[in-house]
Amino acid sequence: MIAATAWLLLGVAGLILVPRLPAISKPVFLLGALVGVLVGATALGFLGAPAETAVLVIGLPDLPFHLRLDNLTAIFTLILGFASAGISLYATGYFHSGHDRPSGLLCLEYHLFLGSMLMVLLADDAYAFMVAWELMALSSYFLVTTDHAIPEIRRAGFLYLLMAHVGAVSLLLCFGVLQGGHGAYTFAYMRQAQMTPYWASIAFLLALFGFGAKAGLVPVHVWLPEAHPAAPSPVSALMSGIMLKTAIYGLLRVTFDLLHLQISWWGSLTLALGLITALYGVIFAAVQSDMKRLLAWSSIENIGIILAGFGLTVIFSADGKGMLAALALTATLYHAVNHAFFKGLLFVGTGSVLHATGTRQMGGLGGLIRTMPWTAWLTLIGALAIAGLPPLNGFVSEWLLLQAFLLTPGLHQNYLNMVIPVAAASVALAAALAAYVMVKFYGVVFLGQPRDPSLKDAHEAGWLQRLGMIWLALGCILLGLLPTQFIGWMAPTVKQLTGQSLVNDGSWLMLAPVNAERASYSPLIFLAVVLVALALTFLFVRKVYHGRVRRADPWDCGFPEQTPRMQDSAEGFGQPIRQIFQAFMRVERETPTPFDRTPHYHGASVDKIWTLLYLPIARVAGWLSEQAGRLQHGRIQWYLIYSFATLIFLLVFTQ
Amino acid sequence: MATTYPLQIVNLLAAILLLISFAMLSQRRVVGLVTLFAWQGAALASSTAIIAWSTGQHHLYYSAGLTLLLKVIAMPWFFYRLVRKLDINRDVEPMLNNTATMLIGIALVIFAFNLALPISQMAGTVTRSTLGVAMACVLLAFLMMITRTKALPQVIGFLAMENGLFFAATSATYGMPLVVELGVALDVLVGVFVLGIFFFQIRETFDSLDLKHMEKLREK
Amino acid sequence: MTTGILLQIAQTLLAILVAPLLLGWTNQCRAWLQGRSAPPITQPYRVMRKLFHKDAVIAHTASPLFRFAPYMVFACMALAAGIVPMIANDLPFSPAADAIALVGVFALARVFLALAAMDIGTSFGTLGARREMMVSFLAEPALLMVFFTASLISQSTQLPHIVDTLAHRQFAIYPSLAFAGVAFWMVSVAENARIPVDNPTTHLELTMIHEAMILEYSARHLALIEWAVAIKLFTYSALGIALFLPWGIAPTGNYGALPLALLALAVKMAGGGFVLAFMETISAKMRLFRVPEFLGTAFLLAVLGMLIHFLLEV
Repeated sequence: MIAATAWLLLGVAGLILVPRLPAISKPVFLLGALVGVLVGATALGFLGAPAETAVLVIGLPDLPFHLRLDNLTAIFTLILGFASAGISLYATGYFHSGHDRPSGLLCLEYHLFLGSMLMVLLADDAYAFMVAWELMALSSYFLVTTDHAIPEIRRAGFLYLLMAHVGAVSLLLCFGVLQGGHGAYTFAYMRQAQMTPYWASIAFLLALFGFGAKAGLVPVHVWLPEAHPAAPSPVSALMSGIMLKTAIYGLLRVTFDLLHLQISWWGSLTLALGLITALYGVIFAAVQSDMKRLLAWSSIENIGIILAGFGLTVIFSADGKGMLAALALTATLYHAVNHAFFKGLLFVGTGSVLHATGTRQMGGLGGLIRTMPWTAWLTLIGALAIAGLPPLNGFVSEWLLLQAFLLTPGLHQNYLNMVIPVAAASVALAAALAAYVMVKFYGVVFLGQPRDPSLKDAHEAGWLQRLGMIWLALGCILLGLLPTQFIGWMAPTVKQLTGQSLVNDGSWLMLAPVNAERASYSPLIFLAVVLVALALTFLFVRKVYHGRVRRADPWDCGFPEQTPRMQDSAEGFGQPIRQIFQAFMRVERETPTPFDRTPHYHGASVDKIWTLLYLPIARVAGWLSEQAGRLQHGRIQWYLIYSFATLIFLLVFTQ
Repeated sequence: MATTYPLQIVNLLAAILLLISFAMLSQRRVVGLVTLFAWQGAALASSTAIIAWSTGQHHLYYSAGLTLLLKVIAMPWFFYRLVRKLDINRDVEPMLNNTATMLIGIALVIFAFNLALPISQMAGTVTRSTLGVAMACVLLAFLMMITRTKALPQVIGFLAMENGLFFAATSATYGMPLVVELGVALDVLVGVFVLGIFFFQIRETFDSLDLKHMEKLREK
Repeated sequence: MTTGILLQIAQTLLAILVAPLLLGWTNQCRAWLQGRSAPPITQPYRVMRKLFHKDAVIAHTASPLFRFAPYMVFACMALAAGIVPMIANDLPFSPAADAIALVGVFALARVFLALAAMDIGTSFGTLGARREMMVSFLAEPALLMVFFTASLISQSTQLPHIVDTLAHRQFAIYPSLAFAGVAFWMVSVAENARIPVDNPTTHLELTMIHEAMILEYSARHLALIEWAVAIKLFTYSALGIALFLPWGIAPTGNYGALPLALLALAVKMAGGGFVLAFMETISAKMRLFRVPEFLGTAFLLAVLGMLIHFLLEV
């Protein structure tokens, strides 16, 4: 709580001071990072302790804010604190230099955003939750539209705001259902409400829609690929890494805490939607040519994986398999933490690239590993982690999730027994495609030859930015190497939600959920063996090999006029995906004629959901508002008659 | 599982039947389809024979022989001739692309397996677990008929469906009475010959065996 | 425990040293089948020795990543060879990485190679990387499904446990394993860049997949990669043997069975190499965009195997 206030104060201080003293912005963000670490450390220290509640006297009269810190809140606060610390550290350097001037307003919005996310996690009544939720949406909206002079960004911001509000309405209705007619909107009452399965299902569906719209669940994901590229990079990192997780938090809170029962089909539904989201996201990530858009789609993929884990948790827990539910929930939480770190790292990495080169289009980049080695190598860690490669963190959560999938035979429903292991294939496909996407992203941006001559002057990120990236990269590495430690920290949360915690059957080195005979994985030994093998190979080659190393031109296949333009463009690298998954997208392409002197190529793969679902809705909405527009005459008397008629109607109706 | 070897072989043959059903679903050439159909008949005949041998149900030997004669030798031979005569060994263009068909196929298999579980628990035969495979074969053959536009693949799909039903009957109740089976076999034989004659007629009328042309027959 | 570790090291070293022999044997078989006079079985060793004694030529544009990748690939393959039970089932290292981690190790090596291929910035390198990643993302789910089928039967994802269950059960025909076996064969053909997915002996850049990625490597780097390729083939063969023909692998603690296990491995590998050469002789390389269908079929088979396991074997 104190931290939220601190962030708020920092923001206000920034607002007041920065226009006068530009130098102050640096310490403000730095302090923000420090607060982040403190928040994270507090949450870490809290884990396992009984819940604490507090009542704030702010708010409407008779409607004070209730706050509560329990293990579920703590684990997400942990993500918020530690991940935001790295991002704020980066932002200290990022906003200070170059064209992104650190206006006081930006400073306020940024810290308000952080503070409101913390409030969302802490809120213990629907009222405080909604206020914080809206505050979060609004502050991030203003952050997205930082460069509001550009029409596209304004459009993206509008779309974001629209989706955020549609989701918020759904959440409001959800809380309305949850209070069950008592009129009490604190979560403590909601926990005690006894609901019929019918109403509980309605509440769950509303929550799924509302939180899904925030998280980027297909088909309510459309705002995400628009809004994330529009925002400044540290903000994209915050939104993608942390804000999406607040939606996951909300879903967990409603399903496992506020509702006293779980029904199996909720899990099946979420699992199916999650898997569809994961595949849809990664396929579209593979065909993007804008760095940040690619990462935004990849966020959708990761949210899909998290939601698939969530669905599995619900299925297990409805079936009374507490142990397995604990495993699935651990995988879910682990992936949520992981995603905050590696996606944050990748977003700030692209931020540095964007800063140094001024373009987000991958077609204009290349070869940056030579001019920006720090950024390149640190981003490599993030890219390998998100591709789910051992021994980094992405692999741990995917491994846990696959184990959970494998344990499904034993459920009481035959259908699920058969379908779920098959569904695991789509997790595997999503993971393999994620590797494809990351090879594309990293290879096109950082490797190869510069596609533009000006890239030779690209400058390395400043030391503060590097420090921020190092922090996040360290998070990725540690989460990958010490899973038992982190799972131990998650255990209280898991116990709170599912009634059981994951028993680790191995030693501290060995991750062995459920049973060491069944499956185990030890990243530290893994890494050690790889390192030993590397060292031995290196020594062996040294021993055997006596030749020199000579530099020469690359092999040109007998055609001497090789230019950097002959490398695969981003579109070119995505071509197999476009070909194989043609059914999902509409490809728009303009190709130059062979005689064109200044050839221009344009290619885009458009989300079919946009044209199939949203445009008809927009058309219907437009038509409806046109009809409503007929009522408009401009005469005040008519309006008064409308109001009067409505009043009479309502009075008759309420009789 | 501690079942006997003949039963394991029957299980293996059931799996092969299912595999052939999938292969038929994705096979685009008519001749390949006919060959697969012959193989399916062969698998069916041998599994029937093995069931007959292991359970001592003698009438199943006749069924096996009949299957061998009709579905492995006579009909494929007739179809090969038909294909050559009518010159219809071109690629069969399916209505749906292959991947989508396969995914629907997998969904159907899951559906069939789950459908069969309660039924097979009621059945008293030792081969009851293959009932799910039989049902899956029926559904897959149906799917094949839906996705094809040409006449001959549709007939083969129909016959494959009959194969599946036959297999279901053997696995659930050790086959139907011999009289019924003979009747069905005769029906199928006559049906195939009649259809063969129809093919010639259809082609003379429409100059093609594409059943899309049948739409012209509808009353305006 | 100590003997276990020694055995582990010995087995891994054996795999690394013997792996090129399998490659040589396959090439020999293929030459015989195609009516050519065969190169000696030690040809891969000679090629590597030659490469180890040459001067390395590296492109001007190469970054450190390019020089690091061959070592990484080699280390990953050595690690993979250490996870798969080949002659003994007693592998103290295997609890650290199970079947899913094995898939991860292969993926790690592949990603590094693909990145190195993109590092130079020629059209062929990126072309190879793109194609390799395409083949792999189609093959990986199928491979995982194969492992899933095996681990649903044996209730474990650890390879020694799987082998233990499969080798010491009462003999029975598992249709699901037969399906998984065929699927595994198709996947390993694709992953090891063999015909019909890729042609390891091609010299035409436009048709290359794996070869296009390593076009820029020479001398020691190339030698390491070639060696890693041989280990990969050997590991995949050993994996297939462990999953589908596990008889003969020495169980934990039974050291008397080791010589027999060694003999069994040699015989099975020779058989496998011959079958591979035979299949490569009778089939032609397929068009690139037929590969999804090929691997889709593998996936279908693996899934069918799993479903049949649920229906017929539970």
